[in-house]
Amino acid sequence: MENKTEREKMTHLMASFISYVSKKLPDDVEKKLAELRKIETGDLASTIYDTMAKNQKLAWDLDRPCCQDTGVLQFWVKCGTKFPLIDELESLLKDAVVESTFSMPLRHNSVETFDEYNTGRNVGKGTPTVFWDIVPNSDKVEIYTYMAGGGCTLPGKAGVLMPGMGYEGVTKFVLDVMTSYGLNACPPLLVGVGVATSVETAALLSKKALMRPIGSHNSNERAAAMEKLLEDGINSIGLGPQGMGGKMSVMGVNIENTARHPSTIGVAVNVGCWSHRRGHIIFDKNLNYEITTHSGVTL
Amino acid sequence: MSEKKILTTPIKDEDLKDIHVGDIIYLTGHIVTCRDVAHRRLIEEKMPLPVDIKGGAILHAGPIIKPLENDKFQMVSVGPTTSMRMEKFEYEFIKETGVKLVVGKGGMGEGTQRGCKEFKALHCVFPAGCAVLAATEVEEIEDAQWRDLGMPETLWVCRVKEFGPLIVSIDTDGRNMFEEKKVEYNRRKDEAYEEICKHVKFIK
Ligand code: SF4
Repeated sequence: MENKTEREKMTHLMASFISYVSKKLPDDVEKKLAELRKIETGDLASTIYDTMAKNQKLAWDLDRPCCQDTGVLQFWVKCGTKFPLIDELESLLKDAVVESTFSMPLRHNSVETFDEYNTGRNVGKGTPTVFWDIVPNSDKVEIYTYMAGGGCTLPGKAGVLMPGMGYEGVTKFVLDVMTSYGLNACPPLLVGVGVATSVETAALLSKKALMRPIGSHNSNERAAAMEKLLEDGINSIGLGPQGMGGKMSVMGVNIENTARHPSTIGVAVNVGCWSHRRGHIIFDKNLNYEITTHSGVTL
Repeated sequence: MSEKKILTTPIKDEDLKDIHVGDIIYLTGHIVTCRDVAHRRLIEEKMPLPVDIKGGAILHAGPIIKPLENDKFQMVSVGPTTSMRMEKFEYEFIKETGVKLVVGKGGMGEGTQRGCKEFKALHCVFPAGCAVLAATEVEEIEDAQWRDLGMPETLWVCRVKEFGPLIVSIDTDGRNMFEEKKVEYNRRKDEAYEEICKHVKFIK
């Protein structure tokens, strides 16, 4: 019985958190957008940044999702093996998405593949996506929630390079995405890069990289240097907001990496749009929560 | 900044002649949401559009609408959707309807460019991700046609006031901002590539 009420409590909290994330950008994104706005001096770029800021204020005042594409919900959970609701977690996250979908409301973004119909509930087979990291000997759970819109999901790309192509090949792989689909993904973008051994390991890392705060760095010195090189390089292309030209292009480049097979370099790119709606919440075993991405929130 | 450039429907050819790619304009009057299926119905199925948009404006968007009483509606959220999906139909569409302003997200291609030049029309971008702002610039939804297509595809006839900012991406000379920009971007990308490569020779 107790577990049932606890489950309900966590479902409601997560539903409120999802709704919150749909209308308010995380602190690091807001700060970065304001910074980029200051750098742009042209009429066009500054008008677009001002329009974005106006939209965010209206979304807050009117209590509406800031972008109409509220995406497919994705959760990255780092769950302690001793967290009391571990068995319920995946199903309660699904319930939370449905609850938020009807209360906020969010757009119905789950189309069953092959049968090709919209479920009308924003959830379906395997959606929301839940990625699991199991943490031994912990009774807490950390949840990243992310709204993956269509425009910013489209540029996603993964491949396996031959070692002869080296990190030069990785560079080209990333840059090519920027000037093709990246243009339409609502820059300034947050660019997530995975460098690993195969397509799926690189792809997962590239999404994980988008969960990292803007301005954080990879702990490996060379990887961190490459983040900076790519950031400066992509900025020099001058995509500007909405890809319509400006002094800058990106909010940042985050690289995540693992070891690789000697004969392969797995590489993947994922991008987050300017409306990068990610949230991070940590629950302890009594469901006391802490939100790290947005300051001053009570659910 | 210079004075706000506001177009009012019905738009005449002369109204557009001094407007060029990269300009920022606003629209007062009417704009009709019109996307994939509506384009296909008109062009492929030859069904006449139930709304007269000669001299008018269309918006590539699938809005979120709240029904009110007495067959009235409220615009909750209306963000532009990727215009390129309509590229295939847009030349014919401009020709058939006499529409003067096509608003959406991202660039369009050669067909639209030709259409804009031959029949004097513009393609403009409304900054994407700003759907709440766009919704508040809709004063009233005056009509709704082809409702059988469902909420996103219905032709919602919106009365707007200073709807924008709209950034001109294709003008009546047939210039195409995104295509021109892409050439620039690719050149700078190649330069950036050369520069980065000097520093990432980690495999030795
Ligand atoms: S790319 Fe992002 S901001 Fe742009 S329309 Fe999609 S979800 Fe909204």
